[in-house]
Order: sequence, then C-alpha cells, then structure tokens
Amino acid sequence: MNRQISAVALAALVLLAALIVGTTYWQTWAASGLATRQDNEIQRVAQFEIKRGLILAADGKTVLATNASQTLAGQRLFFRRYPTHGFASQTIGYSTQSRSRAGIERTLNSYLTASDANLGSIFSSLGDRLKGTTVTGNNVVLTLNVKAQKVAESLLQGVCGAAVAWNPQTGGIYAMASTPTYDPNLIETPKGYAKIQATKAPCTPAAPLLNRATQGLYPPGSTFKTITAAAALDSGTYTPSSTFIDPGYCTVYGKKVSNALDQNGPERYGKVSLVTAYQHSINAVFCNIGLQLGSGAILSEARKFGFYSVPPLETPGEARSASGLYDHGKLFTPKNPDTDVDAGRLAFGQERMLVTPLQMAMVAGAIANDGVIMKPHLLKEVLSPGGDTIVKVKPQPYRQATSPETASAIKDMMVAVVQAGTGTRAQIPGVMVGGKTGTAETGINHVYDAWFIFFAPAENPTIAGAVVVESQLNGFGGSVSAPIAKAIMQAILPPSSNTNP
Amino acid sequence: MSWGSLGYAAFFFALYLAAHMIARATVPEADPALLPMAGLLTAIGLTEIYRLGPTDAFKQGLWIVIGVALFAATLIGLRRDYRILESYKYLFGLGAIVLLFLPSIPGLGTTVNGARLWVSIGGFTFQPGEIAKIFLIIFLAGYLRGKREVLAQGRLKDLGPLLVIWGACMLVLVETNDLGSALLYFGIFLAMVYIATGRVAYVLSGVGLFAVGGFGAYEKIPHVHERVVIWLQPWTTKPVYCPLNGLPALRQDCQSYQLVKSLYSIGNGGFTGTGLGNGTFSTTTGTPLIPFVNTDFIYSALAQELGLIGASAMLLVFMVFVARGMKIAIQADDGFSKLLAAGLTFGFALQTFIIVGGVLRLIPLTGITLPFVSYGGSSVVTNFVLLAGLLLVSNRANARS
Repeated sequence: MNRQISAVALAALVLLAALIVGTTYWQTWAASGLATRQDNEIQRVAQFEIKRGLILAADGKTVLATNASQTLAGQRLFFRRYPTHGFASQTIGYSTQSRSRAGIERTLNSYLTASDANLGSIFSSLGDRLKGTTVTGNNVVLTLNVKAQKVAESLLQGVCGAAVAWNPQTGGIYAMASTPTYDPNLIETPKGYAKIQATKAPCTPAAPLLNRATQGLYPPGSTFKTITAAAALDSGTYTPSSTFIDPGYCTVYGKKVSNALDQNGPERYGKVSLVTAYQHSINAVFCNIGLQLGSGAILSEARKFGFYSVPPLETPGEARSASGLYDHGKLFTPKNPDTDVDAGRLAFGQERMLVTPLQMAMVAGAIANDGVIMKPHLLKEVLSPGGDTIVKVKPQPYRQATSPETASAIKDMMVAVVQAGTGTRAQIPGVMVGGKTGTAETGINHVYDAWFIFFAPAENPTIAGAVVVESQLNGFGGSVSAPIAKAIMQAILPPSSNTNP
Repeated sequence: MSWGSLGYAAFFFALYLAAHMIARATVPEADPALLPMAGLLTAIGLTEIYRLGPTDAFKQGLWIVIGVALFAATLIGLRRDYRILESYKYLFGLGAIVLLFLPSIPGLGTTVNGARLWVSIGGFTFQPGEIAKIFLIIFLAGYLRGKREVLAQGRLKDLGPLLVIWGACMLVLVETNDLGSALLYFGIFLAMVYIATGRVAYVLSGVGLFAVGGFGAYEKIPHVHERVVIWLQPWTTKPVYCPLNGLPALRQDCQSYQLVKSLYSIGNGGFTGTGLGNGTFSTTTGTPLIPFVNTDFIYSALAQELGLIGASAMLLVFMVFVARGMKIAIQADDGFSKLLAAGLTFGFALQTFIIVGGVLRLIPLTGITLPFVSYGGSSVVTNFVLLAGLLLVSNRANARS
C-alpha cells in the first residue's frame, strides 16, 4: 500500500504547489493587469492612501491637480483637488472613488501612484512602505501651455467646439480645449455629477465630459482640401501652377454643386491656378480634381496623414477616435472607393468624411514639418518626489504623410490663404501665418461647423493646430475660428513677435 | 497593538500549552510537528479574523477552545487503541449520510449563498458536512481494509459500492447545491480506493463518472451552471443578463463580483503584501468590498496583507503538514491505520486546494473553508479532531517501531 500512498502524497503536494503557482501568477504577472481594471475598487481605494503625484503645466509651476488629506477611521487618505477648476478638464480627467478615473489621471496612474516599473519608484515606494510612511507618487509635468490653454478655453466659452495647438517639430501639445467643460472637483461631491450632466450648451447633448478635441467627429469641410491638394501633387499630374477653369459649379452624378459661400471673391473665378483655388477655397475646382483623382487616391492620401488610425496620445484609448468615412456611426472602409464614394464631394470635405480636431491639427503639423507628423504627446516629463527626472519624453516621428516638396508647396498655399484668401483674420503682425478655413455643412441650412487649421511662423513653424466651432448660424471658418486660432498662436509665440508692427 | 490583541495572544499561548501537555501525556511518540503547525495556521487565521472584525474573532476563539477540548477528548478517549473505531465502521457510514442530509430537512436546514449546508438549531448554526467528512473517512478506512483484496480483483459486481458512493455524492450535490463538498467527498473516496486496491482504472473510471455527473449538474442545476460560467468568464465587456436582479449588467458587477473582488484583493498584495492591518477591504466610508472575507475568502485577505511571500509561506506550512500526514500513513503498519491517516491527510489537502484554487480561479469557486484558518466553528472543531486522529496513528506507528 505504501507505493499508492506515496503516489497520493505526491498528487496532494502537486495540488498544493499549484496554489503557490496560482498565487504567484495573480500577484506578479497579472497584478498590473488587475490594477488597471476600471472596476478594481480595491486598488482605487488602496491608492487613496498614496499621496498622489502633482500634475503640472509645462511651466513646471502651475499645479493642475493636487491632494487634500483627510483622516478617516484613523487612516490618512488623500483626495484629489483641481485648483484650476476646469483647465483642460477632459484631457486631465479626474481620480475619484465613486466614478473611478478618467483622462491622464487614469493613463498615467502608475506614475502618479509611484507604482510604475521604474526601479527608482519601486525602491522609494518599497522604502516608504517598510518605514510605514506615506507613499508619495511621482509628479507629472505636461506639455500644456497655461496661457494658450486659457485663451483657447475662454474664446470657446459659450459655444461647443474644440481647439488643439501643438508643436509640429516635437509633438508636444500646447493646448487641448473642449467646450462645454466642467469642474473636475464636482465629480465626487453630492449632486456634483448631476450638475455636470445638466450643463447647458448650444449643442445637444452638451456632453461636457466628452473630449471633443480627440473624440468629437465633425465634417472637415474645406480644410480637407489640404489632403486633396496633397493627393493631387503627390499624383504627379498636378503642380501648384496647374490651371483650371472654374465654372462656378461642379457636376456630380448629374447634379450641380455650387461653390461655397465663404468667399469674398466672385461667384465664378474663371481661369485659376491650384494655388488660387486653394487660397479662395473654390469647391468647383477641387470637386473636379477629386473626380479626376478618384476617391481611392484621396482616401489613401488621407491614410498617409493618419486617417483611419486612432492617433497616439496619453489619454485613454476610448477617448480618442479615428478620422475617416463614417457610415451609421461606424468607421467605414469602402470596398470599391472609386464607385462607393462620391469623389467630388469628398474632395472638399463633405461626403461621409468625419474628422477629429486632433487629426486636423496633425494635418496642419505635417504640412508645417516637411511632411513628417511627429507623435503627439501631452507628457513632458515625470519627476520623482525628490525632483529627479524619471521619464523625459523625446520627440518621435509618427508617420511620413507626404514628401517635403508637396508639404512645402501646400505650405505656400496656406500662407497665401492667410495673406490674401479666406483666412485673413488669422494674420499676426510680424509673423508669417499659414492656414486653411473650413465651413462644413451640418445638414441644417445656413448652420455650419466652422474650421480653421493653422501653423506659424511659416519660416520655421513651432505651432500648428486646429479649431472647430460647432453649429454656427452663417458662421464661417474664416470669421469664427480664424480669430481664435490667432489668439492661441499669439499666446504661444514669444512676446516680441506680437509687438512687431 | 492593543491590550485586547495581547490578551488573545496570551490566552492562546496558554491554550496551546495545554494542548501540547495533553498530547505529550496521551500520544508521547506522535509526530511532534503537526500540533505546532496547526497552532500556527489557527493563529494566522485568528489574527486575520481579528483584524477584519474583533467580534468574529471572539466567537472563533470560543470555537478554538471547543476544538482543543474535543482534540483532548479524542486523544484521551482513544489513547489505548483507536482501531476500535473500525468495528463501528457502518455506524460511521450511516452517520455520515445522516449528517449530509440534515440540511435538507425542512425547518432544520438554512440556505446561505445558494447552498444548503447549514443546520440551525436555536440560533446555533453548524455545517454537518464537516463532521461527515471525518465519519466518511473512518467508514472508508474500515470498509476498504476489509474489501481490498476483493476489490483488487476488479470483478464487475464489486464495483457496486463505488457506484453507490458516487450516486450518494451526486445526490448530495443536487440536494445541497454544493459542488465543492461533492468534489471533496468523491476525491477522498477515490484516493482511498486507489490506496486500498492500487488500481488506476478505478481512479480513471471514477473521474470519468464524476465528469459525467458534473456535466449533468452543469446542464441541469442553475447554481452549478452559474459557478462554471463565472469561472470561465468572470469579466465581460458588454452587459449580460444578471440573474440577481434580472437586469443587464457587466458580469463583474453581478455574478462574479465576489471572485473578481477577491482577485483584486490578491493582486493588490503583490510580492510583499500591504502589511498586516494595512490591506484594503472596505471603501473609505466603510462599505465592505469583499463579501465573506473571513470565511470563503480569507485567503484573498491574507494574500493581500502578507503578499506572495507570506501566502506562499502559509501554503508551504500546509504542504509540510500534508507531507508529514502521508509519512504517518506510510509508517503505520496496519491497513486501517494507513487508510485512516492517508484519507484524513488527503481530505485536508484537497479541501485546501478546492477553496484556495477556487479563489485563485484555478477551478470553479465553491464555498468551503480553509482548514484551521477560515472563520467557522464546525470547520475548526473538525480539523482539531482530524489532527487528533493523525496523532493517534502516528503515536502507535512510532511506539511499535
């Protein structure tokens, strides 16, 4: 019988050893996966014992998120406070007990709670735990420029819209505004969340928690002509000086599509170059270019600019949308683009094309940066509580959207738009600004989404971006959004360039 | 640290001293490591239970006193020759069945968390299944010792008892809605049959029968089905039907709430743990986050506070206990003693595996207690009696060699 007893003993010990293996799995390999799950209340509550790291603006001084300590049942707990009461709220998000976490408070949680895999963080938090002192998280410095963000938010106040401004050479985001906005301090107060939900705005739903800059999907209107122009130049068939006859309309499927209204010029331009057509945003010309190129070529150009991919950023993935054709609320890839998609309308940014402001800022950035889109980022650096740099984000190319030659040609066209085209209201004295207006039809007569994409200074652009203002009655990109873009650029440019005559 | 907790420490030190003295007097030749290990496990459990709620710790303390008393009584009562139990084997077998069906008697049984395992008499509740386990092992040790030669022949008609026991286990499963206990009884039965006969075929056919029964239960019994579904897919990304309120909900917010919260607790412990007393078991406003944390889920609490190091150390104590128990079975020189010691030890190991494995999502989760550690009177008392049994066998084996 002893042989059998030995076998049973072995089986019993193997079963128990499996428990050690299982425990090891959950406490090492799977631990970080468990920790980041949204319904992990234990982790969330446990992290209230951690003095969460500060979130700072690019100047390293302006505190965007801090802590208020409170002693509950003999335990010192740290609750989040946002001293700016609504500064890039949708981007920064919140960290609460009842509503979990959002924005970069969620995605950068491991740095903020010093539970990241950095050796320094591991030792310092282990040391704190062993000593029994409060674990202090790492401070996170963002690329957000206080002045630019404030200007963007104040100019968008009272409307629904978004603005993104970034450095096309480094990828650092200066401003990411979305209105209506909210005060993140209210999320966890009694009735605060209901109050946020009941926010009044000229759009329905007001959705103040939505980050319109990265999630909002709008028809791009004429700003999309930038993609069409790039496709035209990249095709080799066209040059900036190619000439066209503008009859004042374009025939699509036997129907006339008239030129748009946001032109100060005549209804019919006659013989024009590609530059002039772009400068004055002549729909008929672009419509015909589109019909020549076909939807397939335009869409594949758009893909090169990042359409059909979710742009990289530190915010949660579900808070970012891909731009592209949408059908019944879903991103839609046509099987035969040349026959399934109306190339004429697509060429000037209608059809079923929907874009995010971040995507359009990336389009402007590609033109400004010799055709290269840098990886957009919000995180500048992570500092330990002692001030040592744990992470420093370096500029990284994201994709080559077009050739330097094409980018340079379109850059000149965008400068022409601001100098003497539809975007003159973005002019800044002493600074060469490039831009493109867009006035997208919303389906309601005379109500438009007003766009402006931009970069400056043209010689060496350090700013690029996009502004969209929703549902403007007879409001055009050139009159509504260009002045906002101008103010944002002025906030970022060094003061000397603003005072020059 | 408070005077209350120090008082507990002093009192239990005295209690163990008493238990040790009794063991020295009654079973002087027995394995000297088992009692201290049981003491260690009980102390770990009591400390955690005290940390989670001093009221339950006091009740658990009382149960430990009763457990030690029964431990002493068993040792004293059977110190001359425990093998007298063999002659009452059928009585024990009958007793086991009666105990198993007690909770099903209307007016006597209570349903907790979907399983009918408790008997309530005048506010005093206990789980007869725990005691039934020991009775079953005694019966099997006696019965198999007598029948092992016949069974080893492998004639078809001798498979009768096996089928009867299998049927009984399935009945218990259906009656009590308790997959865990059924697995435990059947596992003990198979291990003991194998030890007695040495025939792997019995084990394989037994496993096959259990699989068939288990599948049937999965198909027909909603409670069992639910456990398996939770085990396979505790998290859903889309709302699914929630049987608790009939509304759609994410499964982790509904059926698998306990399991998922328990995994979060374990995960939060990490390598070193949060430290005893520093774990998170409730929200900052005091709402508990893990249900049944001091019974079924005591392991999740311990794993969070003691971490991988502490939890593994505790599991190693369980392993050493099992290894020494099996050694006693090998050293014993008669079939009844061997089967008794091996059965008791295997039951102890399998019970540990079923509950901890369930908590760790290795197997479907079923609510049974972690020996010596979990809060629960019937469990503590039973395990002390089990310990006494092992010491008796060990004493006899060592005294004769």
